[in-house]
This record gives sequence, structure tokens and C-alpha cells, in this order.
Amino acid sequence: MTLYQLLFYIFASVAVIAAIRVITTKNPVHSALYLVLVFFSTALIWVLMEAEFLGIVLLLVYVGAVMVLFLFVVMMLDVNMAPMREGFIKNLPVGVFVALVMVIELGLILGPMSFGLDTHPAPEFAGADEQGNTQAIGAVLYTKFVYPFEIAAFILLVSIVAAITLAHRKRPESKYQNIDQQVQVRRDERVRMVSISADDNKQGSLTDNDQPQKKDES
Amino acid sequence: MIPLYEFLIFGAILFSISVAGIFLNRKNALILLMAIEIMLLSVNVNFIAFSHFLGDIDGQVFVFFVLTVAAAEAAIGLAILVTLFRNRRTINVQDLTEMKG
Repeated sequence: MTLYQLLFYIFASVAVIAAIRVITTKNPVHSALYLVLVFFSTALIWVLMEAEFLGIVLLLVYVGAVMVLFLFVVMMLDVNMAPMREGFIKNLPVGVFVALVMVIELGLILGPMSFGLDTHPAPEFAGADEQGNTQAIGAVLYTKFVYPFEIAAFILLVSIVAAITLAHRKRPESKYQNIDQQVQVRRDERVRMVSISADDNKQGSLTDNDQPQKKDES
Repeated sequence: MIPLYEFLIFGAILFSISVAGIFLNRKNALILLMAIEIMLLSVNVNFIAFSHFLGDIDGQVFVFFVLTVAAAEAAIGLAILVTLFRNRRTINVQDLTEMKG
């Protein structure tokens, strides 16, 4: 067994065990942390398959951003998880059964006879002087796939807008500018002419007059 | 060398685990979202395995797009979850019966 195979089996078994823990732990914080482990091991397997760029992207985007978002939400929603695990034991046999049947069926299709080394020989690993993985992806991403790339950017923009719109909460105590009322204001609502004779030195004549009536701007 | 089918079966196992997770945790919307993330990940493993063995970089570009869409989906799903919890004080899927679906 070469080092390559050894690494693959280690990463794959860690990923599978962590995935099982994701769906079976009681505490959703632990689920999110095990999900980080699944993503991490799978990213390493992608690096073994010479997809270095996507492996790093998976670490940065998923482990770095999406899973942190998950953890934020899990910790923010202070949910009582006990009533949600009621059906767990009841659904355990059927869930395990369906999963096993799926693995066996997929194993029949994807088995050694169709995708073995004789039909799909293992490719040579790229040398250090060849074109890198990132360069190869960039060469097709910005030429052949430039339109899907822009659509992906647009999807991200839409998701930002949707997420902010959904989660944003209007606070009653915060003040906003009401441009409608500001534009409609008239002169006599803001200015009051006061005639003061020049020799009148009563100091209070200006200060005791109340301020011009403001329209409610809140 | 590792043959192609071992990578594919690794993806298949991850996919089946996430299907089982949807069966087991069907009341908890958070774990459902996590199971969907594992599902998308297992599909991406297949894409990259075929891309590696067939020498075609297009599969990796597809993974890039799947990651984009999955990130958007996670962000919107969690925003919906936060709004749901703020209004209903629960994320139990069985309590959400307004739409009579």
C-alpha cells in the first residue's frame, strides 16, 4: 500500500465517521463542528485528486465562512433540542435500511467492473513544471464559462439581498430620515419672523419664544 | 494507484449518510440543512473524481458553480431559519403547518 492509498483511506474514513456523527449527535453545535471535519477531510481528498484550487476554496469558503455562519445561527437560536429527537429511534431502522440499500445499489453501478483501473486507468500526476490547477481552471472559467460565471456572481448578489431582507429587523426606537416629510415642509413651519426694536434690550425676548414648530420627523 | 470506483463509492457513502440523516432528523431544520450540505459535497466528490480520471477540467468548473450555489443556499436557508425562530420560537418542522402542505 503506497502512501497515496494510505492517505486516501485515512481521510475517507475520517470523513465518513464524522458524517455519521453529524447526523447522530444530540447537540447541534457538535454537529456543526463534525461537519467542519467532514469538509476538511474531503478537501484533503480533493487535493489528492489534484484539485488543489477547489480544495483550498472548500476550506476558505466552507470551513471559513459557511460553517462559521452555521455556528453563529446554531448558537444564536437557543432551541430546546429534546422534542426534536422524538422520532429518532422510530426512524432509525428505516433510515439505516434506506442508506444501506442506496450504498449497495450505487456500489453495483459504480463497482470495479465499470470504473476499475482497466477501463479508467489512473492518470499521471502533473509535474512541477506543468500548468497548475488554478491556472487551468482560470483558463476555462474566464473564457468558455464566462457567462455562467457572471450568472453565479448574480446569484450571490441576489442571495445577499435576500438574506439581509429576511433577517433584517426594524427597531422601533431607531430614527430614520423621512424624505417625504422633509420635502413637503413649508416656510411657515420652520421660520417665524420676530420684530425686535433696536433699542429694546430685553434679553429674554428671543429666548423665551419657543422654537419654530417642527414637523414630526421621526 | 487508487481506482476511480473507490472515489465514487466514497461519494456514494457520504450521500447515503446524508439521506439517512434526513430520515433520522426530520424535525430539526438545522440538521436538515447540514445533511443537504453533505449531499452537495458528495456530488462534488464525483465531479472531481471524473475530472481527474478523464483529464477534463470542466468538471472542476462545475464544482466551482455548485459551491457558489450551495453557499447562497446556506445563507438564505439560515436567514429563513432565523426569521422563523424569531416569529414562531421554534424550528421544529412538524410545527410549521400554516400552509397545510
